[in-house]
Amino acid sequence: MGKFGMGQPIRRVEDERFLKGFGEYTDDIKLSDQTYLVVHRSPYAHAKIKSIDLSYAKETDGVLGVFVNKDLEEEGFLCIPHDVVPNGIDGNEVMVPKRPILAQDKVRYVGEPIAIIVAKTLNIARDASELIEVDFEELTPFPNMNTEISSNSEPIFKEIKNNELVHWSMGNKDETDKIFSKARKIISINLINNRIAPTALEPRAVISEYDDLNDSYTLRTGSQGSHKLREWITGKNGKKAADIKPDKLRVICPDVGGGFGMKNFLFNETLLTLFASKAIGKPVKWKADRTESFLNDTHGRDQINFAELALSEDGKFEALRVSSKGNVGAYVSQFGAMIPTMAGCGMLCGCYKIKSAYVDVKVIITNTTPLDAYRGAGRPESAYIIERLVDKAADELKIDRAEIRKLNFIEPEEFPFETALGMKYDSGEYKKILSLATKRANWNTFAERRVESEKRGMLRGIGMSYYIEACGGGPTEFKTIAIKIDGSVIISSGSQNNGQGHETAFAQIAADTLGIEMDKIEVIMGDTEKIEAGIGTGGSRALAAGGSATLSTCQKLINKGKSVAATLLQSSEDKIIFENGFYKIMDTGSTVSLLDVAKATYDKKTFSEDIEEGLETSSEQVMNAQTFPNGCHICEIEIDPETGVISFINYIIEDDIGRILNPLMLEGQILGGAGQGIGQALYEEAIYDNNGQLVNGSFMDYIMPRADNLPSFNFNYTEVSSPSNKLGVKGAGEAGTIGATPAVANAVINALNSINAKPIDMPMTPIKIWKSIKEARKS
Amino acid sequence: MYNFNYKKPSSISEAKSIFSSCDDASYIAGGMTLIPTLKQRLAMPSDLIDLSSISELKSIKVEEECITVGAMCSHKQISESDKIRTALPALSNLASMIGDPQVRNRGTIGGSVANSDPSADYPAALLSLNAKIYTSERTIDVEDFFIGLFETALNEGEIVTKISFPICEKASYKKFPNPASGYAVVGAFLSMKNDIIRVAITGAGPKVFRIKQMEEKLSKSFSTDSIKDIVVSHDDLNSDLHASSEYRSHLINVMVNRAVLELT
Repeated sequence: MGKFGMGQPIRRVEDERFLKGFGEYTDDIKLSDQTYLVVHRSPYAHAKIKSIDLSYAKETDGVLGVFVNKDLEEEGFLCIPHDVVPNGIDGNEVMVPKRPILAQDKVRYVGEPIAIIVAKTLNIARDASELIEVDFEELTPFPNMNTEISSNSEPIFKEIKNNELVHWSMGNKDETDKIFSKARKIISINLINNRIAPTALEPRAVISEYDDLNDSYTLRTGSQGSHKLREWITGKNGKKAADIKPDKLRVICPDVGGGFGMKNFLFNETLLTLFASKAIGKPVKWKADRTESFLNDTHGRDQINFAELALSEDGKFEALRVSSKGNVGAYVSQFGAMIPTMAGCGMLCGCYKIKSAYVDVKVIITNTTPLDAYRGAGRPESAYIIERLVDKAADELKIDRAEIRKLNFIEPEEFPFETALGMKYDSGEYKKILSLATKRANWNTFAERRVESEKRGMLRGIGMSYYIEACGGGPTEFKTIAIKIDGSVIISSGSQNNGQGHETAFAQIAADTLGIEMDKIEVIMGDTEKIEAGIGTGGSRALAAGGSATLSTCQKLINKGKSVAATLLQSSEDKIIFENGFYKIMDTGSTVSLLDVAKATYDKKTFSEDIEEGLETSSEQVMNAQTFPNGCHICEIEIDPETGVISFINYIIEDDIGRILNPLMLEGQILGGAGQGIGQALYEEAIYDNNGQLVNGSFMDYIMPRADNLPSFNFNYTEVSSPSNKLGVKGAGEAGTIGATPAVANAVINALNSINAKPIDMPMTPIKIWKSIKEARKS
Repeated sequence: MYNFNYKKPSSISEAKSIFSSCDDASYIAGGMTLIPTLKQRLAMPSDLIDLSSISELKSIKVEEECITVGAMCSHKQISESDKIRTALPALSNLASMIGDPQVRNRGTIGGSVANSDPSADYPAALLSLNAKIYTSERTIDVEDFFIGLFETALNEGEIVTKISFPICEKASYKKFPNPASGYAVVGAFLSMKNDIIRVAITGAGPKVFRIKQMEEKLSKSFSTDSIKDIVVSHDDLNSDLHASSEYRSHLINVMVNRAVLELT
């Protein structure tokens, strides 16, 4: 294996600038003559707008413009389009209500933009914002999914009955119901999947510029794919945000401080700065403060589930039935309606052989911030359901929780395996990996350790999850690679780095394939002008799709260079092989380096126009299948019954993430993901009160896990190659999150079960734990 | 932030005279409460008077009977001071648990005491140790100082200059922190001097308070057993997102017990 080969723990090249404060994030960029935009937002969750008085704001010295929705629509800034919305059970397409860029007639969530002010300085814009007077007529808010709608309350949208956007389903209802009706044992569970605020370290920011000579715009913003963003703005599948042609909008993505799904999406402020840049005739910048981030970034999760498992008396799973409500918020964000439905429900069977399954989901509109994909995007919710249900089944049947899983796992010789929900799993060694985990966690001797804890007056619990996720899919990804005349290599990538390490990953693959030192390779991303196309980052796809595209493009480039090498070596192409950066004539041993071959292409006298300068090569990698990373998390905790506080004793992760490119970066992704999963299980929840006010929209009250709130992780992996892509890799970006939440929850429930205390919902905070213990001790 | 004028006096008298000449001035010590307030535009002082150049406010003095700490001493200074760690380690321990390193670098004892946040830590130490608060006008006994929620006996323009703590035999501070902010949900400061025990609780009520019943029992028999039946009624205790008043009432017993165990 070469020093950049698969498996080499190369340190990340981007870390130097990030750790030393030299990253260039959107808010670091100062364009000359730039002006500042502030958004005037709704203080109410549900209200009619009777009138808006902008006069005092407009009169303020230094204010360049104050605008409402009418002004935007007149200039062709129309709405924020949705993307994928599932059809209803009846097969009919859903009527998705319009999402205006600024509120029109009504406000539907606290923080909804109503008007914008553009001024010479940020402070002037803020001062002017306070002078805007809006006359509201408050309406009954519907902040949660269970609110009854009485006949005299106005629904959130006139055209949406009962605030229910769509009732969707998947699977085979009749067969599933039949199996349930005959089942020997039925285990059921009610679950809540708590609402999460994404809390990226870098709040969102946008800078827009308009060039009136060319009638074109330049947009700079941190995102998860500039091309994707441009498409939503200019037109995709018959929907668009604004009357702007794609070739008139350049989108640039600077460094991004964390995306987690949220930074994919098209937000009001992005369109507002575009509009303002033309209206004012100067560059316009907007940036969120932390409160705005909490209120306006798309939130994640927020489901209520009722799940049932039909099984035989000896614990073999027969059928699964799930009925859920998923919150989409006040408006349908691009994938908001897809996340609780199509994005994850297919994974509900987990790693188990289940004959039949049926799931139905009601997607509910509420007077809260719109929700959309958040690390895992539907798959964590499904893993939580099946893994909590399996644990409950094990407890009720008095079967060991590891044994019941092994009893029902899909066996290695059964792949490819199509599940009851239509997913085609390609590979896996679930039993082997679970056994590695239980051995490492000393699962079988837990009872002794519990006795010891109880002597000290402490409760002890151990929990596991065996997760599987579907990721790394299509449709395609693009790469262009060229070698400059100075010997440096440029990879233009359609993926977008948000901190995952793409600059290192793609450079590592290229270095290994081309036989060139990594420090000669640069990865550029994020500029629609410099990069022809890209699908972007999300769904843990960058390595499978982007990495495979890098590999393919390198191989194509090497082949292209063969004809030049043949000329330089005065030989025929068929006698030449490529090895460690050199073209070599097999018989004679004469060589010429790839870099010299590339340099030669710049000599147009000798080489025809047919060879691109620098051997520039592009390719589009089609991804026909997803990858299925899977693994086992085992979490052991102690609970202090006096306070309800949890201490971590041990945390084991045994993963199958396919072949591993860079174990350092892999561990970073898995542990970071696990941190977010643990955050959901124990700490985080975005809480709305009955008036639709977000009551914990700051770090004073939103419990953000810090390093000392997380365990030390014992992380190991087994390489089971994926047949779905050339590299054999599986996606790692979300796997940690998906596995961690149910493992931790199961550990807490296990501890509470030891004293017959009632189970609790996430986040499993000390006060909830203490209350449950107190109640159990009373009775 | 709204605009303000910034002044940096080098003496107490200069600070006071600037204060009386301004429309609506605020003193600023470490700024750990004031600056976030200003950033959120929840306050609009015409002037900020920075006390950090007044050198007489930063000294620490240890005498036979008491320790005197200047109001502008930072939490970091107090937690790392050899003098305090020797003479009154519970105080330096308390200071080391405030916020995080960045907050401890800037936050001051004078600022915290003048603010009287119900979740702040120092008020419990002051009340338990029977401290005296020295200001630019007078000396105030701690029993008269903390009046209510964010309310103290200080008059307009009055500056806390130093705080003196009688030296006791033993003391312990046990805190149950808010999982998000790190502030005290319940903080119990227990001190022992000449068989007199004083138990002060912060975080649980609208202001710091003593539990006289526990003090009596512990003076007679210093053990967790002697106070196990004492329950602070949750009726007047704080309730918020993170902790109900019942939970706080329960935590008071837990934290006092832990302090007792530490000193046994």
